[in-house]
Amino acid sequence: MQAFTTHTGIVAPLDRPNVDTDAIIPKQYLKSIKRSGFGPNAFDDWRYLDEGAPDIDNATRRINPDFVLNQPPYDKSTILLARENFGCGSSREHAVWALTDFGFRAVIAPSFADIFFNNSFKNGLLPIALDASVVDKLFALVEHNSGIEFTVDLQAQTVTAGDESYAFAIDDFKKHCLLNGLDDIGLTLQHAEAIKAYEQNRQQTAPWLFPGK
Amino acid sequence: MAKTLYDKLWDEHVVRTEDDGTALLYIDRHLVHEVTSPQAFEGLRMAGRNPWRGSSILAVPDHNVPTTDRSAGIADPVSRIQVETLDKNCEEFGLTEFDMSDVRQGIVHVIGPEQGATLPGMTVVCGDSHTSTHGAFGALAFGIGTSEVEHVLATQCLLQKKSKNMLVSVDGAVNPGITAKDIVLAIIGEIGTAGGTGYAIEFGGDAIRALSMEGRMTVCNMAIEAGARAGMVAVDATTIEYVKNRPYAPQGEILDRAIEHWQTLHSDAEASFDKVVHLDAASIKPQVTWGTSPEMVIAVDADVPDPAQESDAVKADGMRKALAYMGLEAGTPINQVAVDKVFIGSCTNSRIEDLRAAAEVAKGRKVNNSVKLAMVVPGSGLVKQQAEQEGLDKVFIDAGFEWREPGCSMCLAMNADRLEAGERCASTSNRNFEGRQGQGGRTHLVSPAMAAAAAVSGHFVDVNELMSDQ
Repeated sequence: MQAFTTHTGIVAPLDRPNVDTDAIIPKQYLKSIKRSGFGPNAFDDWRYLDEGAPDIDNATRRINPDFVLNQPPYDKSTILLARENFGCGSSREHAVWALTDFGFRAVIAPSFADIFFNNSFKNGLLPIALDASVVDKLFALVEHNSGIEFTVDLQAQTVTAGDESYAFAIDDFKKHCLLNGLDDIGLTLQHAEAIKAYEQNRQQTAPWLFPGK
Repeated sequence: MAKTLYDKLWDEHVVRTEDDGTALLYIDRHLVHEVTSPQAFEGLRMAGRNPWRGSSILAVPDHNVPTTDRSAGIADPVSRIQVETLDKNCEEFGLTEFDMSDVRQGIVHVIGPEQGATLPGMTVVCGDSHTSTHGAFGALAFGIGTSEVEHVLATQCLLQKKSKNMLVSVDGAVNPGITAKDIVLAIIGEIGTAGGTGYAIEFGGDAIRALSMEGRMTVCNMAIEAGARAGMVAVDATTIEYVKNRPYAPQGEILDRAIEHWQTLHSDAEASFDKVVHLDAASIKPQVTWGTSPEMVIAVDADVPDPAQESDAVKADGMRKALAYMGLEAGTPINQVAVDKVFIGSCTNSRIEDLRAAAEVAKGRKVNNSVKLAMVVPGSGLVKQQAEQEGLDKVFIDAGFEWREPGCSMCLAMNADRLEAGERCASTSNRNFEGRQGQGGRTHLVSPAMAAAAAVSGHFVDVNELMSDQ
């Protein structure tokens, strides 16, 4: 996994609540059996005027000029500023893959849906929850300073935007994994003996959980 | 110390805990489908790993499968490759799969309980957000992403932070004709789509206790639409009766031991919750969503709400966008809104009880001429078989519905079943998001009986009024 230490980049404002994972990556692209190549179809229904499909060349499609990510400089943005309950709905990790493949390294919102939040950390995408009042201010800042860059410092747990710096919270364990780009399967397997011991105990106390054993 | 049901399920499955509270949680049952697993199996292969406990896995293709004649296979080559990839992965790693030709094939959240593969007290995961369904059995069940699917395959565990406890109590009895779907839509309307974020929700109260297992599954299925990864209902006699004698359920002496334990799977009387929400069951009317989020829901006798009345600016803007997408005017009575298509199915509402409820409305009536397509998609091959034994297929076909093969179908339109741009659908599924059932499609979530009522009327209608007009 790509490690995350500090990142500075252009901030794109996506001003609507409850952006769901169907909107981030529509169903027809979930048929892929790969983890890469979803970026051109991130926010597909909003980004293009015609309907896409896995076998259609996106270069031939009609771009929606009103959608923020089609407007320079936001087409080069790497930080997404969003509203509450970002990433709600389906558990599809393809939504995170689409955002990272587009180039995003962080998403700032007042709140995130739980599954999307977890999926982000597995892919080096940092979801940052800030108070709704702070997010309001950031939207205003971006609106008046198109192309403004924010700096995210994971070690310090801060977002620097203009003259202000805002602290954000993160679990120590998630922070550690992200700072070091750790593969958490490898970490968990360091506890293989503990898992085996748990399992053996459960086979005695709850044998119905081990059918076919 | 008094514990909630969630506390009990959590504590029983913790293998170890990090200093910051992140726990390694043991997973008893891993359900797998074709869409969110290929990259996980690929990761496993690349790292030279094997599934930790293959017998915990039950796999089934459901999202991409056709609901029409399957003898020629899947026409869409991309869908076909995904289903074939699941077949190959299961074969390579020696995992149990109900493939497309197996009568037990169906929607993963229908077949798990149907087979007794979902048991009370289990931790159940699947790369699908509607895994919360299985919480109906007093299990801790939640959806995971593909990286977590790989993590469970490789380690039989997940790294998790414990959620907070929420109790949603639906007090008293519902009125006749009010179903589990109406209850859960009313709950989401009350607490909002982010109301359960960060919580595990236990559904309780007389109205929940009175529900069948099918009804409880419908309620827990949509816990995720309230933002909660996990929803659950305490074990009682209804749960145990349902589980007994299913193919994967324990038998004999082990069943007796299991039941003894299952009877402890309820919140202690003194247990405290971080949040408690009460709903008055008698006040719940048949529900219809009007917008593009499940929280945008009203009673069938209400009018489409007006954003001008909403004080929160972000919310009001969201409502305006939803009205524009849905092609609706504020103030329109929802029961005057006409539908183009009707979909009865999905992991929310495709079980035998759902089909019976819809058939009762369809019986002796005809799908309205203005409706282009009304389809019934059973949740599994076994649900389909049972429905056919009861003659429900004939009721639907006589009324002008299409009777299909099992799968996820038009809930998310990954197969050929979909809405065209601008088409309006009465759907028994769980998400009314933009484009969910097809780009530009307009989804209204309702119960099976309400969907059937819309099909025969051509517009939304209170099913109780329709039935009393006989």
